[in-house]
Amino acid sequence: MTAPPRQAMSTVIVGAGPAGIRAAQTLLAHGLRPCLLDESLRGGGQVYRRQPEHFKRSAKALYGFEAGKAESVHATLDQLQSEIDYRPETLVWNAETRTLDTLHNGRAAQVPFKHLIVATGATDRILPVPGWTLPGVYSLGAAQIALKFQGCAIGERVVFAGSGPLLYLVAYQYAKAGATVAAVLDSSPFSAQTRALPALLGQPSTLAKGLYYRAWLTAHGVPVHQGVHLHEIQGERRVSGVSWQQGQQRKNLACDAVAFAHALRSETQLADLLGCEFAWSALNRAWLPTRDAAGRSSVEGVYLAGDGAGIMGADAAEVAGELAALTLLGDIGYRIDRARSIELQRQLEAIQRFRQGLETAFPFPEDWAAKAPDSLTVCRCEEVSAGDIRQTVADGHWEINRVKAMCRVGMGRCQGRMCGVAATEIVAQASGRDIASVGRLRGQAPIKPLPFGVEADQ
Amino acid sequence: MSQPVEVDAVVIGGGIVGASAALFLALSGKRVALLERDFFGSHSSGVNYGGVRRQGRPLSQLPLSRRAHEIWGDLRAFIGTDGEYMRSGHLKLARSDKDMAALVAYEEASRGFGMELQLLDHARLRARFPWAGDVAVGASLCADDGHANPRLVSPAFAVAARRAGAQTFEQAHVSEVSHDGQTFLVRTASGLSFRAPWLLNCAGAWAAQLAQQFGEPVPMRAGHPAMLVTEPLPMFMDVSTGVEGGGIYARQVARGNCVLGGGQGFALDPATARPGQAAILEILRNAVELYPPLAGAQAIRTWSGTEGYLPDREPVLGASSTQPGLLHGFGFAGSGFQIGPAAGEALAQRVCVGASNIDLTPFSITRFQTHLQSQPHTSSPAIVVPSGTDNVIPLFRGRSNP
Repeated sequence: MTAPPRQAMSTVIVGAGPAGIRAAQTLLAHGLRPCLLDESLRGGGQVYRRQPEHFKRSAKALYGFEAGKAESVHATLDQLQSEIDYRPETLVWNAETRTLDTLHNGRAAQVPFKHLIVATGATDRILPVPGWTLPGVYSLGAAQIALKFQGCAIGERVVFAGSGPLLYLVAYQYAKAGATVAAVLDSSPFSAQTRALPALLGQPSTLAKGLYYRAWLTAHGVPVHQGVHLHEIQGERRVSGVSWQQGQQRKNLACDAVAFAHALRSETQLADLLGCEFAWSALNRAWLPTRDAAGRSSVEGVYLAGDGAGIMGADAAEVAGELAALTLLGDIGYRIDRARSIELQRQLEAIQRFRQGLETAFPFPEDWAAKAPDSLTVCRCEEVSAGDIRQTVADGHWEINRVKAMCRVGMGRCQGRMCGVAATEIVAQASGRDIASVGRLRGQAPIKPLPFGVEADQ
Repeated sequence: MSQPVEVDAVVIGGGIVGASAALFLALSGKRVALLERDFFGSHSSGVNYGGVRRQGRPLSQLPLSRRAHEIWGDLRAFIGTDGEYMRSGHLKLARSDKDMAALVAYEEASRGFGMELQLLDHARLRARFPWAGDVAVGASLCADDGHANPRLVSPAFAVAARRAGAQTFEQAHVSEVSHDGQTFLVRTASGLSFRAPWLLNCAGAWAAQLAQQFGEPVPMRAGHPAMLVTEPLPMFMDVSTGVEGGGIYARQVARGNCVLGGGQGFALDPATARPGQAAILEILRNAVELYPPLAGAQAIRTWSGTEGYLPDREPVLGASSTQPGLLHGFGFAGSGFQIGPAAGEALAQRVCVGASNIDLTPFSITRFQTHLQSQPHTSSPAIVVPSGTDNVIPLFRGRSNP
C-alpha cells in the first residue's frame, strides 16, 4: 500500500484522547505501528473518558450528543490495541533527547523515539475565589469526570460557576443525571454571547448544542445568571453556599458543592521538556508550543496535536491527530493523500474561527486579578496567597519563575499546573506589566510526582 | 555613547560571592557596581542544595569556612533575612569501617578549627538518629553546621549590597572588558558602562573567559549537580546529611519537604542545565536505604544548575598574577554556598586594605600556570563551558567496600 515500515517502533504518541487515537489509526493505516502511551486506564482522553469495564451505562447516557463520536473513538482504540504497542496507565514524566521516561506500575522505563506526536490535552483553567479550597469544590472537568467515570455527583445541590462551553454542558449533564443544579453562574455577560454569534454560526451544530443546553436548563427551572462575579464560596468545614455580585446586587445561595473553571488550559510541560519553541497566544492567553498548519513543532520529528498546543476542542483534536500523523508520514517518505491533508487543515481553520467566536462569547474575566483579595489562596499546595505574590512583586520581581523562587507559588505538588495561570495574572496586575511579558513557568521533570523506591528497567 | 560611570570596583557576577563582595565593599564606603547577566543568585548560588556546612571541606578551606560560619551566625544583620537558615547540625554517614576510619581521621586533622565534630559509632548513631538507615555503620556530627534556602539567601546579599549603596544591575550581560593601563572599562550589552581601578571576576562557571582574556587560562569545567524535592513529609530528619565518599545528601526543611541531591545532570545550553533521568532515578532508588522514612514518598520537582569545577576542586580566589586590579573568585566546585560570604569579604579586604585577613595562597590562580600556556588578550573568545563527566560524584549503593 505504502512505503515499508521503517523503524517500526520508533514512532511514539503520547496521549490516547481523540487526537492520539486518530493519529495512531492513521499511522497504522499506512503500515506504521506506533507506541501509544497513555496515563489513563482505558483511553478516550478526558472528553471521552471511559467508565470502568464493569460499568454498564450507555454511551448516550454518558456522552449525550457526542455519543456517536465517543463510541467511534473508543471502537477505533479497541481495534488498534492489538496491532500497536499500546501502553495504558503509563505516565510520561520526562523527556530527554529522543527519549521519553515513563512510569508504569511502579517501574520506570525509557521509550526511545525517532518521531513523536504529543497529544497531551488540557486541564481546567482555574481562577480561584475565596473558599475554593473547601471540601466540596471541584473543577468543572473533575465534576464531569466524577459523573462520567464513576457515576458519582459531587453533591446533591450543586452550583456551576465560571465560563466556557463546559459550564453549561456539565450543568446539563448533572441535571439530566438527577442532581439538583442550584444555579449556573456565568461570568460572561449575555451581550458577549450575542456579539459572538456571527463567528459561532460557522459551526451551527455546535452552536445549536450550546443553545440547547442553556434552553434545557432554563426550561427545567435551573436559574442561569450571566455577567456574574463569583465573590466567595462559603462554608466552615465544607461548602455551604456561594455569594456573587451581579451588577449592583450581592446575592447568596445555599449549596453543598461547587464546580468551577474558566475554560481550559493546555498541558504543555512535555513539549517544553522536549525543547519546543513557545509563542504567546493572545487567543488562549497563554504561552504555547508553536506548530505549523500541518502540526509540526519547532523540533524536528516532534508533532503537536489536540488541546495540548492550544484549546480547540475534541472535534479539532480528532482532525489534528489525523493531520499530524499524515504530516509525519509524509515527512519520512510515505506516500500520503495530500488532498486529505489539505482538507483537514481547512477543517481546523474553520474550527479556529469558531474558537475565536467562543472566546468572544466567554471572554476571559480580565478584572479577575484586580478583584482578587490579598487573602485569597492562589497556590494551595504551598499555601501562597495573592497578597504574598503582590508582596514579591513589590520587592521588585516580575518574571514568573523568579516570583516562584521567591514566594514558592507553583512549587508544590501540581507544579503550577493549577495555580500558574492565576499567579501569572496576579503578577501582571501587580507589576502593571503586559501578561505575556511575565513569562511562563519552566517545565521541570517530573511532569507528575514520582515515587521513591521506583525500580528502573535497564 | 554616554560617559562611563566612575566607580572604585566593578563586580561581574551576582552570585553569593560577587554579591557579598559588593556588600562588603559598599559597607567599607567604596563605590561599587554589581553586574549580573541574569538574575541575582539565579545560578548555582541560588539553586544549590542549600547545605551550610564546614564539615568535610578540605583543611585548606577551613580558615575561610570558619569566618563564613561567623557571618552566617549574624546573617540577618548582614542581609536582613535569615533565609530559613538553621543550625541543625550536619551528619556525615559512613557506610563501611573504612569510611568510618576516614571520618575519624578527618576529625583528628580538623581539630583547631572550632567544628567540634562528634564521632558516633553504630549504637550511638541509632540511639541519636533512629531514622538513619541500617546501611550506615557510624557517622560524624558537626552540631553547629546547618542548612538554608539558597533561593532566598543569595539574592538577599545583592539586595543588601544595594541597600548599603552599591549600584546593582540584573540582566546586565558584560559584553566588553578592557584595561587602559590605569583603569578597567566594562560595558554591558544593555548599554551600561563603568570605569574602575578594580575588577572582581565572580562569574562562576563563566569566569574562565575573563581570566583567559587576561592571560590566565584555567582548566575549568561545568558541573550540574542533580537535585530533587519531595512533597512535605512529617518531620523526621533534624540534621542535614551527607555520606562519606560521596553519594546522596539530604535535608528536610521546616515545611516538611526533603531536598536531596546526588549525581550529575547535563547542560541544555551554557546557561541552563537539567538533572537528567539517570541521576533522578538513582536518587529515588538509593535514598531509601539511607533514609527509610522516604519509602513511599514522592518527588515533585527536580532541578540542576551550572557550577564551575577546577581539577583540584578548590576555588580560584585572590589577585590576578597578570593584571593589577583584577581579582578572581570562582570555581567553588559545588560547595561555595557556605564559604561564599567569606570569599566575598576576603576579596573586598584585598581592595580596601591590600590584603585579606585570611591567607588565600592555596587558591591562587597561579597554580594552573605550570601546565597551561597563557594566551594573553585573545580577542573576544567564544563562551565555552565544557560539560564534563570527570567531576561526577559517584553514587554508591549499599555499604561501600570495607
